[in-house]
Amino acid sequence: MSGESVLGCAPAAQPQVLRERGQREVFCGLTGIIWMHRKMQDAFFLVVGSRTCAHLLQSAAGVMIFAEPRFATAIIEERDLAGMADCQDELDRMVDKLLTRRPEIRTLFLVGSCPSEVIKLDLGKTAQRLDAKFAGSTRILNYSGSGIETTFTEGEDACLTALVPEMPSADADEAANLLVVGALPDIVEDQFKRLFDELGIGPVHFLPAKRMAELPKVGPNTVFLLAQPFLTETTGALQRRGAKRLDALFPFGAEGTTDWLRAAAEAFGIDRMHFNRVVAPGRERAKRAIAHRRERLEGKRITFLPDSQLELPLARFLHTELGMMPVEVGTPYLNRELNARELALLPASTRLSEGQDVDLQLDRVRLDRPDLTVCGLGLANPLEAEGLSTKWAIELVFSPIHGFEQAGDLAELFARPLRRRDILRV
Amino acid sequence: MRVATAMQDLHYVLHAPQGDTYADLLFTMIERRGKRPPVTYTTFQARDLGKDTASIFQNAARDAYERFAPKALLVGASCTAELIQDDPAGLAEALELPCPVIPLELPSYQRKENWGAAETFYRVVRQLVDRDVRPSPREGRRPLVNLLGPCALGFRHRDDVLEVRKLLWNLGIDVNCVAPLDAAPDDIRTLGRADFNIVMYPEVGGEAARWLDQALHQPAIRTVPIGVGATRDFIAEVAALAGVDATEALADPQSRMPWWSRSVDSTYLTGKRVFIFGDATHAIAAARIAHEELGFEICGLGCYNREFAREMRAAAAHYGVEPLITDDHLEVEDAILNASPELVLGTQMERHIAKRFGIPCAVISSPVHVQDFPARHSPQMGFEGANVIFDTWVHPLVMGLEEHLLTMFRDDFEFSDEAGPSHLHGAAPVARQQAEPAMPSTRGELAELPTATTIAWTAEAEQELKKVPFFVRGKVRRNTEAFALSQGRGAVDLATLYDAKAHYAR
Repeated sequence: MSGESVLGCAPAAQPQVLRERGQREVFCGLTGIIWMHRKMQDAFFLVVGSRTCAHLLQSAAGVMIFAEPRFATAIIEERDLAGMADCQDELDRMVDKLLTRRPEIRTLFLVGSCPSEVIKLDLGKTAQRLDAKFAGSTRILNYSGSGIETTFTEGEDACLTALVPEMPSADADEAANLLVVGALPDIVEDQFKRLFDELGIGPVHFLPAKRMAELPKVGPNTVFLLAQPFLTETTGALQRRGAKRLDALFPFGAEGTTDWLRAAAEAFGIDRMHFNRVVAPGRERAKRAIAHRRERLEGKRITFLPDSQLELPLARFLHTELGMMPVEVGTPYLNRELNARELALLPASTRLSEGQDVDLQLDRVRLDRPDLTVCGLGLANPLEAEGLSTKWAIELVFSPIHGFEQAGDLAELFARPLRRRDILRV
Repeated sequence: MRVATAMQDLHYVLHAPQGDTYADLLFTMIERRGKRPPVTYTTFQARDLGKDTASIFQNAARDAYERFAPKALLVGASCTAELIQDDPAGLAEALELPCPVIPLELPSYQRKENWGAAETFYRVVRQLVDRDVRPSPREGRRPLVNLLGPCALGFRHRDDVLEVRKLLWNLGIDVNCVAPLDAAPDDIRTLGRADFNIVMYPEVGGEAARWLDQALHQPAIRTVPIGVGATRDFIAEVAALAGVDATEALADPQSRMPWWSRSVDSTYLTGKRVFIFGDATHAIAAARIAHEELGFEICGLGCYNREFAREMRAAAAHYGVEPLITDDHLEVEDAILNASPELVLGTQMERHIAKRFGIPCAVISSPVHVQDFPARHSPQMGFEGANVIFDTWVHPLVMGLEEHLLTMFRDDFEFSDEAGPSHLHGAAPVARQQAEPAMPSTRGELAELPTATTIAWTAEAEQELKKVPFFVRGKVRRNTEAFALSQGRGAVDLATLYDAKAHYAR
């Protein structure tokens, strides 16, 4: 926690990062739609892509696709490939039909995919044109969730980046406001809201908001906390609108959450004693909940394969609060600035890797034989069949894991596979 | 991929952008395979476009060959790679790998998965089969056949293969090769050794069988043994082609379905309205079972694979229903609503539609979810398959006695039909209200759906309507309203309700 103040020395040596490229076993950014559409309740996500894209969403969303979802795929067919003009007309028609059928939609995202990017279908233009047409009733925005540009959670980054220009401006003379950036489960959002209230920090807003009309203001007096580590582009867009990012650990575990809240408290000049008093109960609860799992996890070696960019902060949490030893921490993309504090807390022996050549990486996993490997569902069962314990990574994106009250659950997610391994006698 | 994953010693190099690897998890999760599918993706990214996607592909192919040492390599392009116009076939050929390279042309903007599997299998067979391998003389040996079509992610393919092997064993016939499931390129090479082919799944094996017939004069049996009648036909055809005696195989004592269906307990199944949708093979087979072996009335029949539209139209005509050939599940939903079935037989999608409308449902075809790759033996084919089908389809129906009780005691507070059948507790109103508060909360949901024309019902008529069993209530409501409209009546009262009943009873 005092990494930066070591007697004026150069910052602690950071481990070398292994950069690889080869086959990447990751989701594309379209997957973000699955949680984004639950969060933004008056938004619809229309992917412009191929059957592969539709199939991906169907597989990834599992059962959810049957609950009259607010996403769909406009499938590019062969005749669309012949002439561009057609494509635009067809999209117009489709959007017309969609908005007639679902008049409650306030934001429509046209989401670009690999095929639409490769044929250079200008969805930006389409969005502008349609936006003018539906002005007053539905905003029509655009971002890309294509696999050639985005990896998994970067889809959320791209989506939020598209929302930033839509946020109303706050004047320079307005009071400071706090923005929490990154989609969080409602229950977590409410917990944070209560904590900020008790601390006396406010007004606090969340991006994304539940409804388009509730999009928060942003301006030079806005400070923001990232709830998620994968929001590089959104951070840039907010900074360009004058907002300032508060540097903090990400709110995982007792320490991470405390540090994250402290950054906001300091920005709002909250008294240290008051801060400690407000934070103490939650922090203690978190520590107690984590302690239950410590026995199972302490000293265990863990490898993360790249997936969501959550790998770094989670490895930090598991190391500092549960005593696990990260062997390799892979991330699809490493933003050193956003993760500076996280990096400083990882043990120097950690092998960091950015990008992936999955076969080489699996060779390393087999050589390292970590006690637990965090990986995607395409790799989990095959690794289990080789006798390696795994924790499938997607759950970390879909489950509530942020904040004090979820710290125990978060630890449990990693403890469970190991416990199960001990229980089973078949 | 389903073909590549099914096979051994074969590797597939797929030119595809990052993210397409999601397909892996269909195999590792839904089918719970303990191995990664033998597929290498090039996973190119935006920064690669326009310069080195071709060399990325070549490197991936070379590395895959070195790492996995396959006996044959498939190469192809995904929908995105199709657009960037690298030529996987030419690029792979230029590498001069010491194994056969099979290029796949899968036009993803025109065709779909089943077609892709059939085409891939056909390409594999065509390129690898050794035309000089022919059956040995028949004297002194048992007939030899190939089983074509079973593959990865196939609905009950694993157990169907066992069941068909058992049937053939009883007939005194040996199996030369099952393909693509578990076959290696070397097995494909010797397909010609068999006397004839059995096309278990026309969706996957049909094309390859056609080519084998042309190139090697290997005839094919195309009757799919799903259902007791179809199994008997299958046995008779196979026996005739192989020149063996079918008597013993036909008299399988394990075939319990015919008696189960004849037992008085099953009389309440008579005339139950059933809606069937799935891949053409399973849907058509299901229709025959429903009609001939369970005594159901078919009120809807359709498939999602248009390659088999002709067969589907013929079957639908046979049962006097409109064929539904579509891959739009909203269209299927509409058709189900219009048909007001008492049982839906379909895929995972229809299962969800049926759940939403509170209609019993059983799964007969892919796409299916993980629960339909069961640990226990559960074939669809052969006599054991018919046993499985009987249990599976009857289970979701309200049991006969329960149905009577529901009608008799409908106003009893703890026995009302609002509570739903006991075994469909998942759809019971209390649970549903908690889980999905936005949904209409009573079981008579068909009746709750908004109709295009809202005609007022008198309280009396509404009360009477409630006495109609819930599974036909929606239909009665719609019929009555249509009748009232056609008669120019402004509201539905008791008289209108019974006039309509009389009208439709004709």
